[in-house]
Amino acid sequence: MTQMNMLQAINNALDIAMAANDRVVCFGEDVGIFGGVFRATSHLQEKYGRARCFNTPLVEQGIIGFANGLAAQGSTPIAEIQFADYIFPAFDQIVNETAKFRYRSGNLFNVGSLTIRTPYGGGISGGLYHSQSPEAYFAHTPGLKVVVPRNPHQTKGLLLAAIRDPDPVLFFEPKRLYRASTGDVPDSDYQLPLGEAEVIKEGRDITLLGWGAQMEVLQQAAELAEKAGISCELIDLRTILPWDVASVERSVLKTGRLLISHEAPLTGGFAGEIAATMQERCFLYLESPIVRVTGLDTPFPLALEKEYLPDALKIFEAIKRSVEF
Amino acid sequence: MTTTPGSAVHSPTFMNGDEFTIPTFMLLAQEGTLYDGAKAPDIDRETARRIYQTMIFTRVLDERMMAAQRQGRLSFYMQCTGEEAAIIGSTAALDDADMIMAQYREQGALAYRGFSCEEFMNQLFGNELDYGKGRQMPVHYGSAKLNYMTISSPLATQIPQAAGYAYGQKLAGEGRCTITYFGEGAASEGDFHAALNMAAVHQVPVIFFCRNNGYAISTPASEQFAADGIAPRAFGYKMRVIRVDGNDLLAVYAATREARRIAVELNQPVLIEAMTYRLAAHSSSDDPSGYRSKKEEEAWREKDPILRMQRWMISQQWWSEAEEKALQEALRREVLETMKRAEKRPPPSLDSLVTDVYHDVPPVLARQLEHLKAHIRRYPEHYPRGARSLETQRTTGGEEA
Repeated sequence: MTQMNMLQAINNALDIAMAANDRVVCFGEDVGIFGGVFRATSHLQEKYGRARCFNTPLVEQGIIGFANGLAAQGSTPIAEIQFADYIFPAFDQIVNETAKFRYRSGNLFNVGSLTIRTPYGGGISGGLYHSQSPEAYFAHTPGLKVVVPRNPHQTKGLLLAAIRDPDPVLFFEPKRLYRASTGDVPDSDYQLPLGEAEVIKEGRDITLLGWGAQMEVLQQAAELAEKAGISCELIDLRTILPWDVASVERSVLKTGRLLISHEAPLTGGFAGEIAATMQERCFLYLESPIVRVTGLDTPFPLALEKEYLPDALKIFEAIKRSVEF
Repeated sequence: MTTTPGSAVHSPTFMNGDEFTIPTFMLLAQEGTLYDGAKAPDIDRETARRIYQTMIFTRVLDERMMAAQRQGRLSFYMQCTGEEAAIIGSTAALDDADMIMAQYREQGALAYRGFSCEEFMNQLFGNELDYGKGRQMPVHYGSAKLNYMTISSPLATQIPQAAGYAYGQKLAGEGRCTITYFGEGAASEGDFHAALNMAAVHQVPVIFFCRNNGYAISTPASEQFAADGIAPRAFGYKMRVIRVDGNDLLAVYAATREARRIAVELNQPVLIEAMTYRLAAHSSSDDPSGYRSKKEEEAWREKDPILRMQRWMISQQWWSEAEEKALQEALRREVLETMKRAEKRPPPSLDSLVTDVYHDVPPVLARQLEHLKAHIRRYPEHYPRGARSLETQRTTGGEEA
């Protein structure tokens, strides 16, 4: 065990993956000698050479196009998009190419070895273009896996699993927690399962569901609720696509109430998908309408970031409304 | 860190791309004879015959399949007529182990590598033997065995992928390269720029092969780019480039052979611009009479690349009128008979709706398939293809629900 922050856990996972398999290649903007703007790839070029860890030109479309070809060839590319806000120039390559490679060729070709890492989310005074949570755009695309870790231990295990998974994975890293979240991380090479939610805390009265940076906020809200005598079950979805319907269903059947929280805007957000599925499966067991606590249906602001984001108090109020319905 | 200029000037001095043009490499004249001073590439009788026979096959295939489309037997088709020398000549200059990442008009490349008439038909009709399992429109071929990446409809996406694929080949040290084909219209997409820049910076063994065939659907080249074609763009990326007469099989072959040497031995990307003409419509959904003249088409028909190659082959005594006639007849028969067999074959199984989305079928998809099967069992007459698939499964005991 070593005390690590999330960035160190990412760096450690990449190091292990590159040492274990010489076909693993890391690249992106400033990823080489500089180690990426957040230093997630520090020292990898020193250790594994410029051929396996390198800077690319500033061209997200090219980075993912290149990565698709490299994966199809049989290498294991780990491409970094510097901020999730800048993933959209690569949208066509991800949605039309990465996601459909295996399907369209009848499994003659695939890019399953591809992992795309990108920092997402608010809370760092990043304003409009350094704070977005674009997971829902990709959740609408069959063929991708979308994973969001919440702490260093999760990050290492999920990233190693993503790199070795036979499907392409979009790995959204909560950048607010890059240095803020620390914890004990096993030094060994380990993986955590993709597609499985994790019940962090058992409870009786309401299920609180989220992912990534929002888990910390949900945890705080749960503590407030406990003080008010409400028992919360806390679940980290961990994988947005394909998501773990069975685990969420099991919890909602038990508690009879569900609250989902994410930073992205409400309309068309992934909480809507979860809510629709749960009302279909748990309709007669629900004690109150499913609640969503999310960002506003606006672009992300700078000065009023705290007001915009779903926080513990907003969630606490929503919990009370749900329980008192 | 900016690079210092080679020389300084002290008055505003603007350079203009119009000040130079790129020459066109030509060896074989339309009469089937070599230009003065031109030297034919080292090409043996068997290779020349394989190339020529592939040209005839794709033309027969194109004619028959266009007719089949017009008869309503096929939903869609795209011809390569007029561009056979550019496509087949370049593929023939490669090693069969090199990767091909094509756009959609390169059936000649695939046929040259040995894709059979039956394999073409299975894809065109999307039947149970189609490698793509009936998921894509006709002409979206692919073959892992023949190193031919499955075609994707979005334009130009294959170009940066080819750069990545070739980078992997370089890392693997196998002495292979990748060729990617695209039209001059696709060169307007951002993917083209992204690909050339990535390939040049990372010294990737890839050949960018532009078929400049004059039209991007209905948009003429004059409305597609302002410069002297696609070739000069290579200079901006510090990349070697050659422009070649795309209807001249020998010139295309010689240029691509050298491009492959540069790619594989020097680990450098190369751009080839083949000047040709799309004699046919863009696709079976297009009607060129709305945007270009018959006179223009006729002028290009006189530059038919197959006719030029045929004259040269006959002058080499590698081919004869009698062989031509026999081959044409045999191919027509083969195409028609194979088509009849392919269109009668059943569609892919119902299960193939949910396979290959992921490595394993996730529970949500398994559930959706179960619901769909139950619905089809209730209304089989409304879903004849799906019901047939369920029937087959029942008799073979392959169904789980």
